[in-house]
Amino acid sequence: MNIHEYQAKKLFRDNEIKVPEGYLAQSGIEAEFAFRRLKQKVAVCKAQIHAGGRGKAGGVKLVKSPEECRKVAEAMIGTTLVTHQTGKEGKKVHQVYIEAGSDIEKEYYLALFLDRETASIAIIFSTQGGVDIEEVAEKTPEKIIKVNVDPTVGLKNFHAGIISFKMGLIKSEADALAVLLKRLYKMFIKHDFSMLEINPLIVTKTGELMPLDGKMNFDDNALFRQKEIEILRDLKEEDEREVESSKYGLSYIGLEGNIGCLVNGAGLAMATMDIIKFYGGRPANFLDVGGGATEEMVTNAFRIILQDKAVKGIFVNIFGGIMKCDIIARGICNAAKQLGLNVPLVVRLEGTNVNEGKEILEKSGLNIMAAANMADGAEKITKAIQK
Amino acid sequence: MGILIGPNTRVITQGITGQSGLFHTQLSHEYAPRFVGGVTPGKGGTSVVGLPVFNTVLEAKEKTKCNASMIFVPPPFAAEAILEAIDAGVELIVCITEGIPVLDMVPVKKSLERSKSRLIGPNCPGIIAPGECKIGIMPGHVHKKGKIGILSKSGTLTYEAVGQTTAAGLGQSTCIGIGGDPIIGSTFVDLLGYFEEDPQTEGIIVIGEIGGDAEIKAARFIRDNVKKPVCGFIAGQTAPPGKRMGHAGAIVSGGKGTAAEKMAALEEAGVAVAKSPADIAQTLIKHMQKRKA
Repeated sequence: MNIHEYQAKKLFRDNEIKVPEGYLAQSGIEAEFAFRRLKQKVAVCKAQIHAGGRGKAGGVKLVKSPEECRKVAEAMIGTTLVTHQTGKEGKKVHQVYIEAGSDIEKEYYLALFLDRETASIAIIFSTQGGVDIEEVAEKTPEKIIKVNVDPTVGLKNFHAGIISFKMGLIKSEADALAVLLKRLYKMFIKHDFSMLEINPLIVTKTGELMPLDGKMNFDDNALFRQKEIEILRDLKEEDEREVESSKYGLSYIGLEGNIGCLVNGAGLAMATMDIIKFYGGRPANFLDVGGGATEEMVTNAFRIILQDKAVKGIFVNIFGGIMKCDIIARGICNAAKQLGLNVPLVVRLEGTNVNEGKEILEKSGLNIMAAANMADGAEKITKAIQK
Repeated sequence: MGILIGPNTRVITQGITGQSGLFHTQLSHEYAPRFVGGVTPGKGGTSVVGLPVFNTVLEAKEKTKCNASMIFVPPPFAAEAILEAIDAGVELIVCITEGIPVLDMVPVKKSLERSKSRLIGPNCPGIIAPGECKIGIMPGHVHKKGKIGILSKSGTLTYEAVGQTTAAGLGQSTCIGIGGDPIIGSTFVDLLGYFEEDPQTEGIIVIGEIGGDAEIKAARFIRDNVKKPVCGFIAGQTAPPGKRMGHAGAIVSGGKGTAAEKMAALEEAGVAVAKSPADIAQTLIKHMQKRKA
């Protein structure tokens, strides 16, 4: 789960990490009021969307008066920003964050993330902040350092020391980094982060270290014990169909093709997309109905697939383990009757109760093409939509 | 004899009185009667499906001499259940539970390193030696005792490979689902050596997916240590970057962990890579024939 910058800034403050003063605004008037409230000569108007690269896309602008702040905010709210992280459809700006301008002396980069290779929390620091970190890693790898924290030991001062000495930080910066890291590490564990990226982490003219941006990502599996994080979820930022499908216990991801897929299991669902492509087709979605789907879930899955107007045909690929094929078959029949299915449908059933399942489909009188196996199914659906 | 499990395996189920725990204990026990009991705190002294229930793993181990545990404990308590099994000295721990917070798995991984226990999973279908022992949720009837070892990150895609090798008459020696989470007990590299040494295994299938670099490491290990023919498949060739594909670990980020990158690494290591998931068994058969010639 991701959160907005303004929410991240609040979380920093709640965890004793100083950030510039700022206020959220949902209209030009609110933005103007926010500027006045800051009592600063310069402020920054920042579009609040769940994607990086806002600056280059015109989503971060300097403003020097309340009136200018209002105008800029009015122009920004309601527009769609396209950055390198949003995809070509972009993201609509619903609100802006008005933040006090900062006197920037230097820009650093700092990130904490769950490092799957070492099964520990890793810290990445770079003296090259404010730019794309992947680019830094490629061009000047000597300016990046990664430190892993042994979970049985926890974060100690020496971790900050390794970073500071290696990166040549001056004493005041090194001291500030040690304090900051401790607070970040504590916050990371307390709230089940999976990633926390600060880019840039600035050094102000008065020598303070301060996060100027905060990208926070939380472990979805831990949300059950992170109620105060869960309420920060902004459904407007997520794909409508993904949100809807998650309500029904389905895992759905929309893609750009025209063959709808309904599969049990994440690996098989990915493989189904792959095999459609292999036969020259284009998958419209990833959809995993999980291991214990009910008839109702299958019906809902069909509904979600059919909401995508690009869908010209559907391929159901089931290898029933725990999942019984007769349940899937009944779900398909229900969906076809309820939703008035009018695109070609290819069904491949295998596994537990496969014969009962096939019988249900045959007797349904529905126009369903049965597939002998995965390859046969992919070939059939690809051909069917070309007609 | 299967890998890690066989006729002498004595299994308990942690979370045996829960709906899924009970259902799959029953199915696994019917497939091969290797289950000797179960654990549910507070329900010690009772019994379900003819198996005694204990309050703690330690007690279960003392009374049943179990050497394996299958975990069906709900996500909030699953990591602790694994730690309890490690503490009791259970040799093989198979955690089926899906949805464990990643940070809970960090201390588990450290604890495993200091123990004699091996963990399979979490978020996996389990392990099966066809005809001998089944610990997990895979459908027993699609398997057939034979000569192919299967290692996979995915559940249903493993059944696909099992189905193909059964249909081709090869059968399976042991199939292990390692799980799709970012932190898992045993990786491909941890398990490949067992298949290389196992006399029953004549060919190996490795099924990976996008995200992480476990398959790249597996490729390196195979190049240096595995002489048996290996067939690989990577799911998610068409997956867009930045999207989590069902499994918590299946995400391409920062251009890393793509299917193309992994397939290339496997090919370089001499692995026959199936381009289509429907051709896994056939790709392996051709590769085995070529090796023999």
